[in-house]
Amino acid sequence: MDHPAINSGRVRKAPENFLSQDGIKTVFSEAKRGRRDFIRNAFAAAAAGAAVPAALAQGNPVPSEGGDPNILNLPEHSKGLGQGVDPEGSYGMPSKYEANVKRRISPGLTQTTQASVSFAPLQSLFGIVTPSGLHFERHHQGWWDIDPSKHRLMINGMVKNPLVLTMDEIMRLPSVSRFHFIECGANTAAEWGNVAVPTVQYTHGMLSCSEFTGVPLITLLEMAGADWKNGKFVLAEGADGSSMTRTIPMSLIKSGEVIVAYGQNGEMLRPENGYPLRLVVPGVQGVSWVKYLRRIELGDMPYAAKDEAVHYIDLMPDGQHRQYSNLQQCKSVVTTPSGGQVLLDRGFYNITGLAWSGYGKIKKVDVSVDGGRNWRQARLEGPVHSKALTRFNIDWVWDGKPAIIQSRAMDDTGFVQPTYRQLRAVRGTRSIYHNNAIQSWLVEENGEVKNVQLS
Amino acid sequence: MSSFRKAVLTAALFAAAAGVTAQAAEKYPGVGRTATAKEIAAWDIDVRPDFKGLPPGSGSVEKGQDVWESKCASCHGTFGDSNEVFSPLAGGIGPKDIETGHVAKLKDEHAGRTTFMKVATLSTIWDYINRAMPWNAPKSLTHDEVYAVTAFLLNLNGIVPDKFTLSDKNIAEVQQRMPNRNGMTTMHNMWPGNEFKGTKKYDTNNTACMTNCAAEPKVASFLPDYARNAHGNLAEQNRIVGPQRGADTTKPEPKTFVPGAAAAAATVVAQAAPAAAAGGGGGADNKAAQALTAKHACTACHGMTNKIVGPSFADIAKKYPGKTDYLAGKIKAGGSGVWGAIPMPPQTLSDADAKTIAAWLAAGAGK
Repeated sequence: MDHPAINSGRVRKAPENFLSQDGIKTVFSEAKRGRRDFIRNAFAAAAAGAAVPAALAQGNPVPSEGGDPNILNLPEHSKGLGQGVDPEGSYGMPSKYEANVKRRISPGLTQTTQASVSFAPLQSLFGIVTPSGLHFERHHQGWWDIDPSKHRLMINGMVKNPLVLTMDEIMRLPSVSRFHFIECGANTAAEWGNVAVPTVQYTHGMLSCSEFTGVPLITLLEMAGADWKNGKFVLAEGADGSSMTRTIPMSLIKSGEVIVAYGQNGEMLRPENGYPLRLVVPGVQGVSWVKYLRRIELGDMPYAAKDEAVHYIDLMPDGQHRQYSNLQQCKSVVTTPSGGQVLLDRGFYNITGLAWSGYGKIKKVDVSVDGGRNWRQARLEGPVHSKALTRFNIDWVWDGKPAIIQSRAMDDTGFVQPTYRQLRAVRGTRSIYHNNAIQSWLVEENGEVKNVQLS
Repeated sequence: MSSFRKAVLTAALFAAAAGVTAQAAEKYPGVGRTATAKEIAAWDIDVRPDFKGLPPGSGSVEKGQDVWESKCASCHGTFGDSNEVFSPLAGGIGPKDIETGHVAKLKDEHAGRTTFMKVATLSTIWDYINRAMPWNAPKSLTHDEVYAVTAFLLNLNGIVPDKFTLSDKNIAEVQQRMPNRNGMTTMHNMWPGNEFKGTKKYDTNNTACMTNCAAEPKVASFLPDYARNAHGNLAEQNRIVGPQRGADTTKPEPKTFVPGAAAAAATVVAQAAPAAAAGGGGGADNKAAQALTAKHACTACHGMTNKIVGPSFADIAKKYPGKTDYLAGKIKAGGSGVWGAIPMPPQTLSDADAKTIAAWLAAGAGK
């Protein structure tokens, strides 16, 4: 791949150049086996050599006693007996050292915790799957932990035979498992006019991706004898206090994409995410993924529910509101390095982030480190699923100078993620929803990374 | 996918669907049963823009005001204009808007937006109040009460006169006076399918320029220094290992780069100590009571030290030291007139929870 100039000045060569011959061999053989520790050790060995640039040695310097005490003095865990399995059985929890990685609320955003949001810690996640305990939360009237043996799903409206199904029955039907992203329509809403929050958790954290398991909604509608000729719109309704309703697009139901889901990442849905049953509407904003799903109604006109007639409507500069604006357009964000972080040292970094589109697959992602003047195509880590998060990464050597990092995604419709200037030129700054602008992170000379917007 | 292929696929699915319908029930024998009319009536409560699904009934503005003041004003304000807990419902509408059906103020860059400035369909209001209000006791209003509250809101917004009774008979006429009934557009490409016509075209058209692109090199917006710690210490919001650390936002931004400094400073946020470990001291009780105030949404109206709709917890604690039983009773029963005109509605929580919160208040509402 061609690498245009990243930045004028001290661009470092690729890491191979400062590894010893042995070090390179170790890196290659161990990399094949996926042993990152060995790579790090190989780098450390290289750092011990006299020819290594000083800046690169400082991340893990050789102490005066001639070796790292973490290596020279065997730790307790190498010399003692470890812990056993819990005889009572247990649900595994993350390491205590991972306690910083959790969902967070944005201070002052909402007055209550029941009509509120907690944001996923995107800055700390790998790959494309959001661990279920870190999946963002959005509640309109509080969450519940519903007894699945008492939960029912009703299918009615323009059907020959209105149905009632228990969870037992739904889970007997042929199932599908698919990876899809879910993004709140109001993700990045705080940033329409100016920078408002410091980190990617708060700018983009109403975004998660899971493997969902369930029954295609079309199967249930067929079982009920749907009137496909006159039935053009479907209403989905929740069982909680808000009994949330949304009009669901028929084309996505007929394509088999819409799923009545009970599974999430190999286990049941979490209560905060709709246990025991929620709708999965791939590519469509999260509000349509009705939680605690209790009813599906087939009708011949849209329903203008509260969350599609008062909220989740996009105000345009001419005073009109866009209604039934459901799909999440192509978008991406760099998660590492990202706002509120500090780079540890100059030298090599693997810039990585997430890209997604409600219209299909991610085709390519470009990354700029000079504020959008020059771009390089990033690697897509794979797997690349339709309407799922896609992980990208690209090499970067930080020379200690200011840099502005951006990512720009393109989906398989050929659509390219817009800049803030382009987006505001059409939609102004008051539409709240569907902000898919290119995000800029400023790396300062002191190593801190800041959320910025350019003009 | 090309539109041709899509058309073929859709047609194929149509055919498949039509073919399957007849024997669909037979395809999965033993799964699902017919819903009874009684079951459907219990759950099928939605009201459409053409008022299909609207149950018969009526309610006056005057009756609506009574319901409003006892059950709605605590969150929404006496005149539906409160911005304390939820967005305002009323205001921003002129008589001209009722003629044009498009609220003029929506074009004003600096105007706030109320519910009635936005909503085009009156069915939305009736349906939502009926299914989800009051906030802490949804579906507890009678149909006539829903008509009455809807009438009161219409009156607050100048859409119907003071002496007005809304009913299933006249609601379609009132729809014709909705101030923003012509304020919605579906001319966008964000609805999949052609039910709304809309457009296939995107509204932005960036290109994938790779070199010497027209960039926007000036940093135009960033967080001011005083907001550095507004979201808490970012050092505690990042992993303690990896290529970066979180910035220690409890300290001013460093002037120069010190390699490795961020790694040395990184810490794991302290794990919350289990209640038992706190030795039964006040701290654990305080935390438990505060958790209950969040759980039961007390914090929607009461701040720790600031007045919101109701008085602050600190002010209540100051006024009623030691009065646990009195406070527990007030929480359960609600009340009005002690702190101001807006009543506190009765709260549905267990006696034990009410007592825990009351004891915490009576002991000074400590942190």
